[in-house]
Amino acid sequence: MDLSAINPVLLVASLMVAATAVMIAAIGELIVERAGVLNLGVEGMMITGAICGFAVAVQTGSPLLGFVAAAGGGALLSMLFAFLTQFALANQVASGLALTLFGLGLSALLGQGYQGIKPPATPRLDIPMLSDLPVVGRILFGHDLMVYFGLALVAATWAFLKYTRAGLVLRAVGENHDAAHALGYKVIRIRVMAIAFGGACAGLGGAYISLIRVPQWTEGMTAGIGWIALALVVFASWKPWRVLLGAYLFGGVTVLQLNLQAAGLAIPVEYLSMSPYLITILVLVIMSADKSRAPASLGRVFHATH
Amino acid sequence: MVRLEKRLQPSAVFAWATPVMAVIATMIFGGLLFAALGKDPLVAIRTIFWDPLFGQYAFFYRPQLLVKGGPLILIAIGLSLGFRAGIWNIGAEGQYIMGAICGAGAGLAFYPLEAWYIFPIMVLAGALGGWVWAMIPGVLKVKFGTNEILVSLMLVYVAEQFLASVSLGLLKNPQGFGFPGSRNLQQYPSAHNAEIFEGTGMHWGVAAALIAVIFAYVLLSRHQLGYHIRLTGEAPRAAKFAGVSPSRLILFCLGISGAFAGLAGMFEASGPAGQITIDFNTGYGFTAIIVAFLGRLHPVGILLAGLLMALTYIGGEIAQSSLGLPSAAIQMFQGMLLFFLLAVDVLTGYRIRFGQREAA
Amino acid sequence: MSEPLLSIRGLTKAYPGVVANSDVSFDIQPGEVHALLGENGAGKSTLVKMIYGLVKPDSGEMRVRGAPYAPPEPQAARAAGVAMVFQHFSLFDALTVAENIALGMADPPAMRDLAKRIREVSETYGLPLDPWRVVGDLSAGERQRVEIIRCLLQNPKLLIMDEPTSVLTPQEVNILFETLRKLKSEGTSILYISHKLEEIRALCDEATILRLGKKVATCTPRDTTAREMAELMVGTELHVPSREYREPGAVRLALNGLSVKSPGQFGTSLKGITLEVRAGEVLGLAGVAGNGQDELLGALSGELRSASAMVVLDGTEVGAAGPGERRRMGLLTAPEERLGHAAAPDMSLTENAALTGAERKGIVSGGFLNWGRARDFAKEVIARFDVRTPGTENAARSLSGGNLQKFVIGREVMQDPQVLVVNQPTWGVDAMAAAVIRQALLDLAAGGAAVVVISQDLDELMEVSDRFGALNEGRLSEIRPAKGLTVDEIGLMMGGSHDMEVAHV
Repeated sequence: MDLSAINPVLLVASLMVAATAVMIAAIGELIVERAGVLNLGVEGMMITGAICGFAVAVQTGSPLLGFVAAAGGGALLSMLFAFLTQFALANQVASGLALTLFGLGLSALLGQGYQGIKPPATPRLDIPMLSDLPVVGRILFGHDLMVYFGLALVAATWAFLKYTRAGLVLRAVGENHDAAHALGYKVIRIRVMAIAFGGACAGLGGAYISLIRVPQWTEGMTAGIGWIALALVVFASWKPWRVLLGAYLFGGVTVLQLNLQAAGLAIPVEYLSMSPYLITILVLVIMSADKSRAPASLGRVFHATH
Repeated sequence: MVRLEKRLQPSAVFAWATPVMAVIATMIFGGLLFAALGKDPLVAIRTIFWDPLFGQYAFFYRPQLLVKGGPLILIAIGLSLGFRAGIWNIGAEGQYIMGAICGAGAGLAFYPLEAWYIFPIMVLAGALGGWVWAMIPGVLKVKFGTNEILVSLMLVYVAEQFLASVSLGLLKNPQGFGFPGSRNLQQYPSAHNAEIFEGTGMHWGVAAALIAVIFAYVLLSRHQLGYHIRLTGEAPRAAKFAGVSPSRLILFCLGISGAFAGLAGMFEASGPAGQITIDFNTGYGFTAIIVAFLGRLHPVGILLAGLLMALTYIGGEIAQSSLGLPSAAIQMFQGMLLFFLLAVDVLTGYRIRFGQREAA
Repeated sequence: MSEPLLSIRGLTKAYPGVVANSDVSFDIQPGEVHALLGENGAGKSTLVKMIYGLVKPDSGEMRVRGAPYAPPEPQAARAAGVAMVFQHFSLFDALTVAENIALGMADPPAMRDLAKRIREVSETYGLPLDPWRVVGDLSAGERQRVEIIRCLLQNPKLLIMDEPTSVLTPQEVNILFETLRKLKSEGTSILYISHKLEEIRALCDEATILRLGKKVATCTPRDTTAREMAELMVGTELHVPSREYREPGAVRLALNGLSVKSPGQFGTSLKGITLEVRAGEVLGLAGVAGNGQDELLGALSGELRSASAMVVLDGTEVGAAGPGERRRMGLLTAPEERLGHAAAPDMSLTENAALTGAERKGIVSGGFLNWGRARDFAKEVIARFDVRTPGTENAARSLSGGNLQKFVIGREVMQDPQVLVVNQPTWGVDAMAAAVIRQALLDLAAGGAAVVVISQDLDELMEVSDRFGALNEGRLSEIRPAKGLTVDEIGLMMGGSHDMEVAHV
């Protein structure tokens, strides 16, 4: 075993990359849950976004269009969930599972013929002086644009929830949909918009995996990242900045175990590969003591009656 | 304008009609999907739903119906008890894997001894493996209030890694020329889950599934525990008021669904599959979720839904080889079924009204 | 006479199977306090929801100062100067006072300015409030202030108040009335919904009385006796429950310093409650909502466990026992919330009969349920308590509030309890059903059981109780004989005016 092969600077830089997909997806789900809806279909929307983004990027040669398509694909798929839960009043847990199962099938179908292709490269940030700085340059100024997009999204979501009226209304709907309805707010419309945002974010997260992180298309390549995004929202107690923290923690574990695998640690590969999931469980256990911040209407069916 | 109006009573007619409507809607939209893929939709639907039962080679496929349906029904029955109570074990796939590993492992530990007690020990070990794996989310939920959905699901990925590990290590066939995978249990009579009646597909796992259906039916309709499960799902506060201990119910429901999934895995590993390999699991644990809902969480419904879902598996395989229909299309087809079921299920509890009137 | 502020003509609204309002007409003048009086189910709520834009009328018209008024949604109503304080507060527990108020405004100022205005208005009207407190931590009276201030900040012309005093102590009611009179003096009209006749006589200028969705009378409350109004409201003469006085027997239920932590984040923990109830006695426990009533019922039903010695039933310590065991020993309870707590909404009456009757009615044996016996038990309850339902296989949800309440109380009464504890036994129930339920409780006590009635309805408590106590922030007041207690004394037992001030007029 050769631990000296692990370069701390690269480790930090690559954990930021490893964290981005799960971070973007989790921020989307955070908004959905703050509106009082539990969408367990993140995994399905991510994998659908992954193939939509991949296919469009390959066809057009533009990663940007790929990301746009991924967001669109995720949002479109999420509308199925919105229809089931907001109009047909179906159980949210079952509908979310259905979305994941459906998304896995759909993506496999769409992805036929895209296996083994390399997608066009996404540009990296390259600021002459800054990016060449030792350590800091590599960590802060040498990433692809989506890494910065993810960070900006966290900040924007935080500001939206804390300072804007729309954010206040969204939180109100998630806290007590009956009261929000009595005050004249359109509960269903607000929730559908939140679900669409969550779908778009999940799609972007998925495309980040297929276009940048891996980058190629294989069936089921999200491998549970969508579920980990759901766990992150709980970990974060529904607070945006803690999603960032959780995502970096998860990214760190992922990158570290990959590095340890490469370094030939005397632990079998399978047990290292388990570690992100086991650590997610551990974190869930630690965080579940603090239940207070969950939106009060989370997962409840809303039907206006009077 | 379309509005929903809550029924005073859930409709008994629609409770039976909605699964049928969902199947028909899925056939229609599935047909459109197949047409979009350039296949003749009628031929595709016939290949999937008719040929396995009444086609030229039906004698070969009919037993497969039981082979595929058995584990689906067994797992779905276990899951349905929890789902009824609002306890969401969605990691049956992981419990299935652990049951298979423990069951097969217990059998292989005796190799090459031949004895009558080996198979019963394997059955117990399989149930125990699944039970233990499901008790992890159960105990965490009871002790710490951890979300069982996420934990049970995370454990699927852990179980898959564990499966890879044992196929390459602990359970690897010493005489397997280095190929990953265990010894073939079909060639080890004491550990082989053979067909009870030759050529019918009826192995012990299928028998277990049928027993589970009857067990669940009696439990839910006649026993106080089943009543408490239903009560917890409908009105958790009323259940506590009636004297139900939520913790015990969580442990019971997760435990029994895990044990059933473990049994299904064990019967599969020692019967139709024959061995533990890296890709031993084929998604039964997830498909069983669809089966449970399609059967409206009712034991008899699950029996029928399990057979229907088995049919789509078999028909899908035929369509794959004869029409070149991609297997992903079948997976999507199954997902679609659950979608339509959830969508039309609203008719059971609500009436659709047209016009401007407000819903009461 | 000046032009009316709000004029209602022929307002009609039907729901499937029930006409909520039929051809209702009345006027409200500027600066008038107008009472809308009626029993539960008389159609008061539907009527005000139409005025507030939450429900669209089927026919009829409304005018505000002569101009047609048909608000499609509450925002439009607020824009026209109509504001409403809800009976079940439309508040968000996890948000602050200021955020809650901002949500009720069309165009709120920045949070800091809003907070300043909240302080100003709340001081002026004698309703002090800290804008930065989280609403979930407030008392029921304070929560109501949030709603009122939310309305006042919009300078409403018409303020609708739906049963505002049901969550207040008598002292707090007086303060509220001062605030309302000040508003009236400033020219604001108030539509005051209630079924409490003395309040209406004290406060209102005009009254419209509804019965079964129709306007049956108008009157000037000051010139009408409470009895006359009651008969207009109910339509028949009221049956007042009766009982014979008996010397109380042995102690059946004793609580010894009962302390239980509330399971809810915004709940009230019980702090050292000590009391005794004897055979043949009815103990009434008053208190404003949210002062530990739910927790006390839970601690007695067995849903919340305590140290064993804290709850003693007929000399046996049962504090650590579960609900089933306590039922077997004869301690029965009926919680406040009918749907979802006392009964499972989507289950049949037969299944709901087994919910608490399984042990004492021999419905369960060896773990298996005998549904035939459950059905017979349900039938007995339906017959004896005159529960109006097509049959035992109907879902609990399909029953009206009063009928379901009769079923739920009847289910416990007919199990011959040693001790029965009920929380809000007649809440939201029409007068006839309420009389039946109260009589059943008194008969039970006369038969030698000990009965505890927890209620926010003081009239009800004075009618049925032998002894009287009040819950305030999870503590129990001194328990005193009910006879001869004055309203002021009761109010002080309930915690007086807490920290409310009289309006700075």
